Parts: sequence; structure tokens; C-alpha cells
Amino acid sequence: MTDNNEPRHAAEPVPDAAPGTGTTPDTAPEGEIQAPDAASVTALDTAGGAMRPSAVPVSAQSGTVPGGPDAVLRRIFTGSGMVSVLAVLLALILGGLLIASTDKAVGASAGYLFARPSDFFSAVWSAATRSYVALFQGSVYNPRGSGIGGQFAPLLETLTIATPLITAGLGVALAFRAGLFNIGAQGQIIMAGILASWVGFALHLPLGLHLLLVLLAGVAGGALWGGLVGLLKARTGAHEVIVTIMFNYIALYLVRYLLDTPAFQRPGETTPISPILDPSAVYPQILGSQYRLHLGFLLAIAATVFVWWLLNRSTVGFEFRAVGANPKAALTAGINVPRATILVMAIAGGLAGLSGVAQVAGTEKVLTDGVAATYGFDAITVALLGRSTPWGTFAAGVLFGAFRAGAVQMQIQTGTPIDIVLVVQSLIVLFIAAPPLVRAIFGLNPRKKKAARAGKSQQAATTGGAA
Amino acid sequence: MSTTATSPQPGKSQPEKPEAGATRAATDAGPVMSFKPVTWKLPVTLLALGVVAFIFFGLLGPNQTAKFGISSSGDFFQLPAIEVPAFLGGIVLSVIMLGLAGYATYLKTKNQRPPRWLPIAFIVLFVAAFLIWVVGGARTPSISLAGLIAGSVTLAVPLVFGSLSGVLCERVGVVNIAIEGQLLGGAFTAAIVASVTHNPYVGLLAAAVAGALVSMVLAVFSIKYVVNQIIVGVVLNVLVSGLTGFLFSTVMQADKEMFNAPGRLPIIEIPVLSSIPVLGPILFKQSVVGYLMYAAVLLVWVGLFKTKWGLRVRAVGEHPQAADTMGIKVNATRFWNVTLGGAIAGIGGSFFTLVAIDSFTKEISGGRGFIALAALIFGRWNPIGAFFAALLFGFADNLQSIVTIIGTPVPSQFMAMLPYLVTVLAVAGLVGRSRPPAASGIPYVKG
Repeated sequence: MTDNNEPRHAAEPVPDAAPGTGTTPDTAPEGEIQAPDAASVTALDTAGGAMRPSAVPVSAQSGTVPGGPDAVLRRIFTGSGMVSVLAVLLALILGGLLIASTDKAVGASAGYLFARPSDFFSAVWSAATRSYVALFQGSVYNPRGSGIGGQFAPLLETLTIATPLITAGLGVALAFRAGLFNIGAQGQIIMAGILASWVGFALHLPLGLHLLLVLLAGVAGGALWGGLVGLLKARTGAHEVIVTIMFNYIALYLVRYLLDTPAFQRPGETTPISPILDPSAVYPQILGSQYRLHLGFLLAIAATVFVWWLLNRSTVGFEFRAVGANPKAALTAGINVPRATILVMAIAGGLAGLSGVAQVAGTEKVLTDGVAATYGFDAITVALLGRSTPWGTFAAGVLFGAFRAGAVQMQIQTGTPIDIVLVVQSLIVLFIAAPPLVRAIFGLNPRKKKAARAGKSQQAATTGGAA
Repeated sequence: MSTTATSPQPGKSQPEKPEAGATRAATDAGPVMSFKPVTWKLPVTLLALGVVAFIFFGLLGPNQTAKFGISSSGDFFQLPAIEVPAFLGGIVLSVIMLGLAGYATYLKTKNQRPPRWLPIAFIVLFVAAFLIWVVGGARTPSISLAGLIAGSVTLAVPLVFGSLSGVLCERVGVVNIAIEGQLLGGAFTAAIVASVTHNPYVGLLAAAVAGALVSMVLAVFSIKYVVNQIIVGVVLNVLVSGLTGFLFSTVMQADKEMFNAPGRLPIIEIPVLSSIPVLGPILFKQSVVGYLMYAAVLLVWVGLFKTKWGLRVRAVGEHPQAADTMGIKVNATRFWNVTLGGAIAGIGGSFFTLVAIDSFTKEISGGRGFIALAALIFGRWNPIGAFFAALLFGFADNLQSIVTIIGTPVPSQFMAMLPYLVTVLAVAGLVGRSRPPAASGIPYVKG
């Protein structure tokens, strides 16, 4: 952080309003400087300010480039979409290097690296690509499948796994937009799973009504668990990050306890597993019984549309965004901030609850203490990758679903552990959160203009160049 | 932050009152109390807990006699076991608790702040009553108190290191959610380096380096690239979990003898002193990591509150602008403090693979980084407080396993849940006020 003599922009009224579309006409680095300023106003509530360093500077940047022959080209290569693509690429390259570094053939050829370097590099290449090809075949298209259905079966598996990721990711993203850090999707999924599965196996109701009740119970469970966090935050000022982390564990131990009781444990079993849900309580499989893809995926699409509508077309959503942008300004403008906090956490919990329902009524059909797997934590990375927009989150959910589905195949075919997916996922998010780093690695930082803005461009260059 | 009583969300209007933050940073670590009116939170919570204790531990208490062994056979001198009639004990303790709650209520009516010892005394009584209730209701109503406490300290070691890392980071204004990743990174590196070098002490050193490296990523991204600190922390946990899991499956599993047999750090027993009942095993019968824990707690406390360095660190965490004006290099201070914190957490991680068990498995830290975070908050961002909070959580952890052995009506899952519930209560301000450093979580950009 070198010298920047801009006056501090202490409190922009609504900084969320489309950055880069003429509102910040001067310089690129300014966007990066503003973000922490807004954050210092909102103190603990950094999430609202926090989302902006990743979201603002890039678009601000593309708006700054002076008109010229290469302006359009530059805009494409430095735009936020490009940074996302490059971040994914970079993470995949690093992941490939990691795979190669533990590969036996690579190790063997490294022994005579200087005698025949080509062997070494081809071994690296084949180790990395073999894994990624297996990943692709396990997630999108398998040429060895029988018929079109068989060849695209992996894609359907991807969508199945993406379903809970999308809905939980939407929950996290929605809370982000209101300036809240919802780490608690994991616990919300578990609570939803508990309620939904109980309705599913303990009650015996007619077809249709039963599934509806399962769905409602799950969403209510998630909404309750999320809303409670919002209530604590609004009433006592407890930091939602800490509360949600703790609630995750409370939910986990609650489900473990319940699976130990006669009410939840499957009769005649000693392992903690619930009875199978009634056939009337599970999601129908929308493409026939040979694929696992279920109604939950359509609900995930519906949820995405709902969140888009909520954020962009409804009064409540506007309030959420206003609170996220600047709680003090929102309060001054007459928005009931505590109410918005509770409501947004409840809705976020309800969305995560959809994931819980998708798990118990869709893919698993029973309740175990692993009902949430790691979907709740993955949801955070999904929301971050999707830049907290509804459709971005949807796309990110499908991408990470593909990673998860493909990783299983990859492990079977090439022996590469599934954990590589975690590495690649987290690297993607890290890189996306720091656009200057990615641009510096690919040499896309704006040239140092010798004109008046020299000092400021210098700043971007130095922060980026220190990679 | 404590200056804005009317705001429903404290911490929103910090920049308005820079002078308050500056004074606080310069004079005292504790929160300035005088601006806030006394709330009903504490009296109401204490009353509710007291009533719960009276009904469950007292009126519905078991009729057996709970027996707590104090000395173990090898001790220097023997003390008789304490025997408490569970029913009577529960009644007496809960009545004292109700008395304390009444005193807090009385003070509130006179708009006076309850003394600091009051909630602490209440917690101690509550834990004691709970213990009597649990043991009294068991099939075999007898446990060794010495063993219970010694086990608690052992389980608390990684928590203490983790929360010290958190204290160092948050005191300088960087939120450290990545404690879990630092512990895990330390555990993994300790295992692999100690195995390769056949020397656990080298492993211990390597663990500190690994923790520092994880922390440096946090520092670079949050300070240099101004990425939100919580995002970086969350992502780092995933990254370290993925990396160690990947390398465990590929490297360690391939040749366990070569890469996953670190051996253990020996338990160093100080003669004579170690046979003092109760205190002996805790203080004088530890591994190097255990002794380092006590040293680290003291050093961090003295460093933060008694040295020039500590004053600067706290100034940066409370009011970076003021610190900068005084000529302190804010971001450099933050960077090195976060790195130091990581090194400390890394040492804590080595406990898993060099002391507790002598091999690494996936996710060996098992969420203890988050409990360490809870301990840090519960201990009010103070090294000593964090130490005792970590002990309390270690105690709950240990009690959970003992309870299943002696067979009590309390489900062990609820025991496991307890630290998290207590933390929620703590951050909600019900058990006294928990105030983070003012600039914690806020990146500092000069200008």
C-alpha cells in the first residue's frame, strides 16, 4: 500500500449502485482503496465492504481505460469475467503441478532430468492431463458410455451434486449481499435434514401432501437455525461469523444425539442411521430411475430465480442490499436494520434448508450425521466464486458440482485423491478475491501511464507485482 | 465501541469517536465501562441459570454421594478423597448461585456494574454443581479429580496455542479464522519432518515454520491485497485441509515408515515437584510442547501488556490511523504479528502428531481451531483469559469421555455441545461483555 493521496471516501450513500458505470471515472486503484474505507465505517460488518474489493476494482478498471484502438481488447482481457476464467485456469495449473509432483513417473524421470529433460516434462504433462481428462469424463461427457444417455450420464450426476451446492450457495450469497457472513450453511442443512427426514419417515401421508410437508419442514428448519443467528446479531450484536460456526457444531452434535434415540434410529440398527424415507416423501427422479437427478434440481433453478427477483425486483431485497452497503445509511434512510438482518438470515437459512431437503429426500433418502457432507462449507466458496449474484452462484455451483462428481471418477481411474478438488476450489477463490495478483501473473496489469495518474497506476503495479 | 450504547449493533460507529479508541489503546486493555448504562442481560441470565441449577442439580438431583479422588498413588503425599452428598451439594451450590444472581440484580437496580469476579465465581460454582450432579447420577459415582484436570490440560494444549495465535492476530487488527488451518499445517509438517529426520524436535521447529507460512498467506492476501480477512481465513482452512489430505493420501500412505512415523516427544518429569497432588502432573510432568504452552501464555501476556512492542501492537489493533500518525508502520506490524501468531499455532499443531498420537491422519485437528477461536473470544482477547477459557473447553472435552465411561444419564453429545453453547452465550454478551479490538477485521490503507 504505497502513497495514495486521495481524500478518504468515508461514507458513500449507496456504493452498491453499479460501480464503474461512470460513477468512478478516474482511476483503477481507487476502487481498491475505497473498499476498506467503506469497511472501516461499518466496523465489524466487513462483509458488505468486503465483497467489494473483489467486485469493484475490476469493473472500475475497465471503465477507466481511455478510448483507443486497444481499449476494447484490453477491456476483455482485464474485465472481471476474464479474471475469473484466468483464476480457474491458474488454479487448475497449480493443481496439475501438485498432482504431477507426487506422480511416480515424474519422480523417476526427475532422476535424470538434466540428461533427458523431455522425459520429465512429458511425464509432468501426462500425469496432470490424465487426471483432468478423468475428471472431465466423470463430470461432463464419457465417450465410453452406451448411447447418448450413457455418454451424458456424468453430466446429470454433476447436476445432482450441484443441487445442494447451488441452494446453499444462494443462502450464503444472499447473506453476503446484506453484509452478513453466513458460515452456518452446514448447520442449517443439518437442521433442515433433521426435520425433513422426520416428517419423511415418521408421518405417513398421501402422495403429494407428504413431499410438500417434507419440503416445508426442511425449509422451516433451516430458516429457524438461520433466523436465530440473525436474531442474536440484531438483538445483541453478536458477530454472526462466530455464532454460525458455533451453531454448526451444535447442530452436528444434535443430529448425533437424535440418531442415538429411538425416535430417529432405524429399528434393529446399532449404527446411527435413520429409517428410509417413505416413497411418498422423496423427490421424483425427473429423468427416469436410472439417473439420480431429482426434482430438487428444478427447485434449485426456481430458488435462483427467486433470489434474483428478491434482490433485484423487491423492496425487501433493496433493503437487504442497502443494509449490506452501509448499515448506518440504511438506518438513516428509515430501513429497519434489525428486521432486515433477521429476515435475510432466515431466508438464507431456508435456502440452505432446501439443500438439506435435497439430501434427505433426493440423493440419500436417509438421515445420517454426514447429511451435510461438506456442502455447507463448499457453499461459501460457491458464493464467493459466483460473486454473490444469483446466476453467478448457480454457475459456480454447477462448476463445483462437476469437480465433485468428476473427482470420484478421477480417483477410481488415476488414483488421484479427491482432496485435490479442495485445493483447486480454494485456490480459485483466493485468486478471484485478489484480481491484481492474477493480472500480475498473466501480465495484464495496466501499463504505467506516464501521465497524471502515474502515482496511482504505480500503486496497482506494486500491489500486483509482489506476487 | 462501548461508547455507543444506543446502537443496536455495537461497533458500527467506531470512527466517530477516535479519541475514545486512542485513549483506550494507550492506557488499558480492558473495555471502558463508564459510558454504557448497566444492562439487564447479566442479572437475567444469572437468575435463569441459577433457577435451572436449583431445579435440576438441586431438587431433581441424584441421591448418591459423589466421590472425587484427589491424589493418585504415586503422589508425594496423599490427600483424602472429597465426598459430597449430591442432593445436598446441588441445593447448597445452587442457592449460593441464586444469591449471586440476586446480588447482581440488586446492583442493577442501583445502576451499578457488578464486580468482575461475580460472573467468574458463578461459572465456577455452576461447573462444580454440574460436576457433582453428573458424577452423583452415574452408575459408579466416583472419579479422579486429579486425572480429570490433568487430562483437561492435555486436551487444552492445542487450544491454548491456537487461541494465542488468534490473540496476536486480532490484537493487531487481523481476524484469524485460519487457526484451524495453521494447526493442521503444523500437525502435518511436524509428522513428515520428524519422520524424515528421525528427530521430533526438528519436527517441532518445522511445525512452527509451517504455521507461519500459512499465516503469511493470510497476511499477504488480507494486508497486501486487501481481500476480506474472513474470506481468506475460511478459504485457507479449506486449502490446508485439501493439501494435507492430498499429500497424506499420496505421499504418507505410500511409505508410512518413511513419512508417517514421527515418534513422540518424551514426557519430561521434574523430580519431586511432579509428585505434588493435582498440580504436579499439570505443571511439572509435560512434554516440551506442554512447557512451551505455559511459557507462550506468559510471554504473550507480558509482551502485549508490559512492553513497548505490546503497546504498539495494541495501538495498531485499536486505532491504526493514530498509530500511523505516531510513526508506527501499521501494515508491517500487522504482517509480522500475524506471522508470529501462525508460528505459535503451528507449534500447537505439532501436539497432535508428536505428543497425542505418533502419526498423522486426515483432519487430525478436528475443528479444534474453531474451539480455539471460541476460547479467544470467551477469554476476551486476553492471553490469560484465553488460557483459562481453553482449559474450560478442554475440561468439557475430557469430561465428555469420562462421562461415557462412568455411565451417566447425560448424553455425551450434549457434553460435546457445551463449549459451543457457552461461546454463543458469551458472544451474545450474556456472560459479561466481550469486546474485540476496535480495528479487528478492518484493513488499513494509508491515505
